[in-house]
Amino acid sequence: MSMNEFKPKIVAFCCNWCSYAGADLAGTNRLNYPADVKIIRVPCSCRVNPLFILRAFQRGADGVILCGCHPGDCHYTTGNYYARRRMTLLFSMLDYLGIEKERTRVEWVSAAEGAKFATVMNDFVKTVTELGENKRLEDLRCKK
Amino acid sequence: MQEMMKKRAKELLASGEVTRVIGWKKNEFDYDITPAVFTSAEEIDRDFIYDDFCGVNLSKFTFQHQKNDTKTLVFLKPCDSYSMTQLITEHRVDRNALYIIGVPSYGKIDVEKIKADGVTGILSITSEGGDVHVHTLYGDKTYAKYEVTSERCLNCKSKMHPTYDELIGFEGEVMETERFDEVAKLEAMTPEERFEFWRGELSRCIRCNACRNACPACTCETCIFDNNDSGVAQKAAADSFEENMFHIIRAFHVAGRCTDCGECSRVCPQHIPLHLLNRKFISDINKFYGDYQAGAEIGQRAPLVNFTKEDVEPDIVAKGGKA
Repeated sequence: MSMNEFKPKIVAFCCNWCSYAGADLAGTNRLNYPADVKIIRVPCSCRVNPLFILRAFQRGADGVILCGCHPGDCHYTTGNYYARRRMTLLFSMLDYLGIEKERTRVEWVSAAEGAKFATVMNDFVKTVTELGENKRLEDLRCKK
Repeated sequence: MQEMMKKRAKELLASGEVTRVIGWKKNEFDYDITPAVFTSAEEIDRDFIYDDFCGVNLSKFTFQHQKNDTKTLVFLKPCDSYSMTQLITEHRVDRNALYIIGVPSYGKIDVEKIKADGVTGILSITSEGGDVHVHTLYGDKTYAKYEVTSERCLNCKSKMHPTYDELIGFEGEVMETERFDEVAKLEAMTPEERFEFWRGELSRCIRCNACRNACPACTCETCIFDNNDSGVAQKAAADSFEENMFHIIRAFHVAGRCTDCGECSRVCPQHIPLHLLNRKFISDINKFYGDYQAGAEIGQRAPLVNFTKEDVEPDIVAKGGKA
């Protein structure tokens, strides 16, 4: 592997009850997904504030993905329904400001879907790698 | 109109029904109008004004100057009335401590449009019928009123007052508007064009926070932008990221609650079209979750604190954004 090959930084917000356990299952099943994905555990997908997503981009993320329980399966009954509305509007706004819409994604991954978790992450890392570095929404002051 | 309002305000003050009056006051220039609290008939006679420059939304001022132990009279234009209804819905003001008089608005003049035409040294401006006469140090000039009417009034969404105790004038109606045309025009551009457009606009931001301070939906006592640890605290705009982030978050915090009164764009000293961000959220909410007008009636549930099981998935944006 050459030194110059682009390795994206991906932040994955995973809800404690479904997607984080799904990631765990992917691991115990020995499924491969890129090490570029940094998982941040949140109590519920609804915990994720639009500012979190922007902050991740500020600190150098090239892509941000939010994983939660499937709608209807939320541990707190309705949290992911609110997250869904919020993220739809936020992504639409980012697109409106001309930020590449492929850099953000929401996926519903249950605790039993280790395989889906690995597929989703592989696919997302591939998409973001093709897009290249995040230039439009970066904070130069946070670059080393 | 102004005389009727003055008369009614003095009557209510004299009868003891209200102890304070919130209205508009003229400053040094004709076009320089500030909100003010009046407590006596003399003050009202001297300073009270209502003309085509009274664009200030009084709901935010009322929120900041409310006193729950006495009753306050406040004059509201249709725009202000929507904002006030939203504030009452959110329990930010006490409806019982307010006496609301709805007044009509026939479109407010945007003095920036006159200044942009190269007019300097303005001594006075008078608006009569359909004409606006500008008297300057270097001579006089006359405009047709529609030429200098502010953008938000040209795209007026409603002449109706959702909340009032009494009306001066008439009860208006919700209007047909083309206010989302600009948003649609931007949506039709390529992402590169949109990015360039918004960089051009937002890079002028000086982080004065006027948009936040004037916004009737921004009523948090401690604002996230005042938190030094937030990373978006007040500072000179040193980086393009922060300008983007500030404006996305500002617009997001009022999404679903913004009544589209246009104060943010009016007060912006850099003339950034901030209403286009808010209107994007409004048009998305209309498109994805059904038509919703914040502040149209007391007790509405805002779309972002509500859901249905059949809501669209966020990937609709990546697919092209059509519901």
